[in-house]
Amino acid sequence: MAAKGKVVGIISNLVVVEADGAIAQNEICFIHIGDERLMAEVIKVIGKNVYVQVYESTRGMKVGNTVEFAGHMLEVTLGPGILSKNYDGLQNDLDKMEGVFLKRGDYTFPLDKGKKWDFKPLAKAGDTVEAGSWLGEVDENFQPHKIMVPFVFEGTYTVKSVAEAGSYTIDDVMAVLTNSKGEDVQVTMTQKWPVKKAITIYKDKPRPFKLLETGVRTIDTINPIVEGGTGFIPGPFGTGKTVLQHGISKQAEADIVVIAACGERANEVVEIFTEFPELEDPHTGRKLMERTTIIANTSNMPVAAREASVYTAMTISEYYRNMGLRVLMMADSTSRWAQALREMSNRLEELPGPDAFPVDLPAIISNFYARAGYVNLNNGKPGSITFIGTVSPAGGNLKEPVTESTKKAARCFYALQQSRADGKRYPAINPIDSYSKYLEYPEFEEYISERINDQWLDKINEMKTLLQRGLEVSEQINILGDDGVSVDYHVRFWKSEVIDFVILQQDAFDEIDAVTPIDRQEYMVDKVMDLCHKDFSFESFAEVGPYFKRVINTLRQMNYSEFKSDRFYNYEKELQETLSEAVV
Amino acid sequence: MATKAFQKIFTKITQITKATVSLHAEDVGYGELATIQGQLAQVVKIIGNEVTLQVFGGTEGIPTNAEVVFLGGAPTLKVSDQLAGRFFNSFGKPIDGGPEIDGVEVEIGGPSVNPVRRKQPSELIATGIAGIDLNNTLVSGQKIPFFADPDQPFNQVMANVALRAKADKIILGGMGLTNDDYLYFKQVFDNAGALDRIISFVNTTENPPVERLLVPDMALTAAEYFAVEKNESVLVLLTDMTLYADALSIVSNRMDQIPSKDSMPGSLYSDLAKIYEKAVQLPDGGSITIIAVTTLSGGDITHAIPDNTGYITEGQLFLRSDSDVGKVIVDPFRSLSRLKQLVIGKKTRADHPQIMNAAIRLYADAANARTKMENGFDLSNYDERSLAFAKDYSSEILAIDVNVGTNEMLDETWKLLGKHFKKEEVGIREELVKEYWP
Repeated sequence: MAAKGKVVGIISNLVVVEADGAIAQNEICFIHIGDERLMAEVIKVIGKNVYVQVYESTRGMKVGNTVEFAGHMLEVTLGPGILSKNYDGLQNDLDKMEGVFLKRGDYTFPLDKGKKWDFKPLAKAGDTVEAGSWLGEVDENFQPHKIMVPFVFEGTYTVKSVAEAGSYTIDDVMAVLTNSKGEDVQVTMTQKWPVKKAITIYKDKPRPFKLLETGVRTIDTINPIVEGGTGFIPGPFGTGKTVLQHGISKQAEADIVVIAACGERANEVVEIFTEFPELEDPHTGRKLMERTTIIANTSNMPVAAREASVYTAMTISEYYRNMGLRVLMMADSTSRWAQALREMSNRLEELPGPDAFPVDLPAIISNFYARAGYVNLNNGKPGSITFIGTVSPAGGNLKEPVTESTKKAARCFYALQQSRADGKRYPAINPIDSYSKYLEYPEFEEYISERINDQWLDKINEMKTLLQRGLEVSEQINILGDDGVSVDYHVRFWKSEVIDFVILQQDAFDEIDAVTPIDRQEYMVDKVMDLCHKDFSFESFAEVGPYFKRVINTLRQMNYSEFKSDRFYNYEKELQETLSEAVV
Repeated sequence: MATKAFQKIFTKITQITKATVSLHAEDVGYGELATIQGQLAQVVKIIGNEVTLQVFGGTEGIPTNAEVVFLGGAPTLKVSDQLAGRFFNSFGKPIDGGPEIDGVEVEIGGPSVNPVRRKQPSELIATGIAGIDLNNTLVSGQKIPFFADPDQPFNQVMANVALRAKADKIILGGMGLTNDDYLYFKQVFDNAGALDRIISFVNTTENPPVERLLVPDMALTAAEYFAVEKNESVLVLLTDMTLYADALSIVSNRMDQIPSKDSMPGSLYSDLAKIYEKAVQLPDGGSITIIAVTTLSGGDITHAIPDNTGYITEGQLFLRSDSDVGKVIVDPFRSLSRLKQLVIGKKTRADHPQIMNAAIRLYADAANARTKMENGFDLSNYDERSLAFAKDYSSEILAIDVNVGTNEMLDETWKLLGKHFKKEEVGIREELVKEYWP
């Protein structure tokens, strides 16, 4: 039987409880204040004193209030019906809550009990199965949602029976399994899993290599992310983090998108709530909301639940990954999560690390990023979680603990730059400081030469060199003056501007320019690199800028036109004519 | 606060610091209010039977045998329509000599709005100030601060914005206001004949600093009453949030908490977010819009207070004095309204987004020309024209003393473009140039 206890101390949302029995670290408990039951998590035990962080306001709590321990860690309920739901950080269904205001101690069931699902069996009597094996599937918003042997099951089982095809609710028994001792166990459509433990039911986790198309040129072309890859986006406020992140979650070629709005503005979540049910998934033509789950723990919601929210989102991602799906998880922002850790560490009076963050912050962050990845499931099918987190560095300074810890964990780095944002060069990702480690993977090289072409990586590297050179030249021009350098320098600078304006910059609010499929990216990269390889001749430096502005304008009109449409080809012809004026 | 029957009274004080008092007491709730010799205090820590109180007015003169009376609940405000037109202190007590308010007693700092019940903000708030309406349009339900150095006239601009915005109620939360500024607000609101729709909660520099921690919650509790119960559009003015944050750091320091960046408490982000996120567009039509002031030290926005604020609010309005025209302007580069996309070109004329961007781009060209000039390089004809444009644009559009309608701002900007540039230099869509070029 689970232990009971009494409150003996309260410091904000850190509560000290005296317990009468065995307590596990991270165990969940409920504190009773009058009729309200407030959920809390054990974070430290010293003798009889159990320190718990309460997921709600502790206002009015008194010494002597009774506490009931649950006997398990913080869990999520997994089953069909998660997609298109809006949850809080503890997986309460926000739409089921009554009233305009959130009520303390109001916990709602995350799935729909009455809803019927069309079940199709995949396993048959006599099959040998283990945790994670697919027993059947139901159609959840056009995704094949697998009904699996619960992840907590140990050892192998023999299938005794599987339900026939038909419609069932989540609590119906879908299969009966027999364990090695000959005992029968029933399996329904749902199961529970503790969020802080990674689900590691798969055969192996190879290095990821498949390009994950996001439609954002400065990512796909310059610093690509892969299926099962990890990336992070640090940037000062106002540099377009949110727009970029919304863009990626709208456009990425993923089956499932899980968004953890972690300690950010409520109106940004409202934007997703308003837009996603209307917007179409560019890959399937169905509504974006159908493949999306939102974990909303906005900045004014309780801080401890903010910490839980990223784990809740990751566990849901792992669940769908184990169905053989490509999951994209976005967390905005992991800095707010780190701040939640800092607040608690502070109340526990732990010795602080840099900027008062807990000393184990780098370990916590890298453990979390390690839960993403590309896996081969036990049945040989692949599944992946691509994870992209944003970081909100204090004062825009990238030398702060959260950015530095994340840099060690994530393989792609997309640095948003204030000066690019000020110059309205969006997305404001700095092409030179940012990187993708995947470009160095031989697996990726092999994949991309087949998917695009075998000169692709060389072209991209050359492009980066040209950008770097353009930057150097512009610094020299600033020091020496326009006429202090040769005309060649101006041409070199403007070639890098062409790359910047045509490939890097992209209008997230333009219907056509917002998404660039990879074949179109290839076409435009070829176009731009051809141009960069040409030699131009000008009388004086004063001609260079205006000429290239025309070139850029025409190329941008191509970006704004339907790919390979008449309009597109007309601008291409116009470009040819412009080029013939100055190319030698 | 009047004593009621059966209140618990204790006299065993065990510890006194500058801001806190600890004593042995039982059956006390976390966050409960108490009085110590008439001074208000709030429970901030309970360990066993030792209760620590944060004394709002400071602990000067409190003896170890002082009488501590627990009031049985968190700080409250009595809300009703009688609030309108009144001035209160940080505790919600009238300071204008008028009678006490009759109303429902509600705890301040109540729960958050369920995010799925929020509506997307969509109503434009016109202020007449072109630097705001044209370039950084405000939307009801938005939260936005002025970032300004202490010598800039932010309180005047805010008072103007408040009076011109068509809000049903304006609620002023003054934290560490100088007495002069307090009288200024009182007089401006009075002169405008708007006193009946204004409610003020004021903590002046004459009051103890810790008291001001209650002001935003008081103001926002009153705002929620009018927005939720009466479906009114409420504008909340909070000045100065930097002084509020300073008070937070005083308390956390007295409680021996480890400070994070700039001696601010580690919870600064959450503390500020709790206030700003009360801004909301409610499903039944009511709304709370928050316009705040965050004073900066020498324009430094990397300090923890403006930095955390910037991550929470939906943009910021940056005031700067422009020595070329001798006026204070709304800086078009550093100011931003994140919600403007929801209204510009939709609730305003279709040319609004394009002309706004074009003018700012040309203003940026002028900034480059200025750098060139300062470095001693020759200016081209275009550079000279852009500099002339910048001067006109600064005084006719960006200056905070401008007060015109949105269409006139758009027309005026077209006029300035026509005066200084050729059509092909402004980079605006062909159809719009045809229609509006002067």
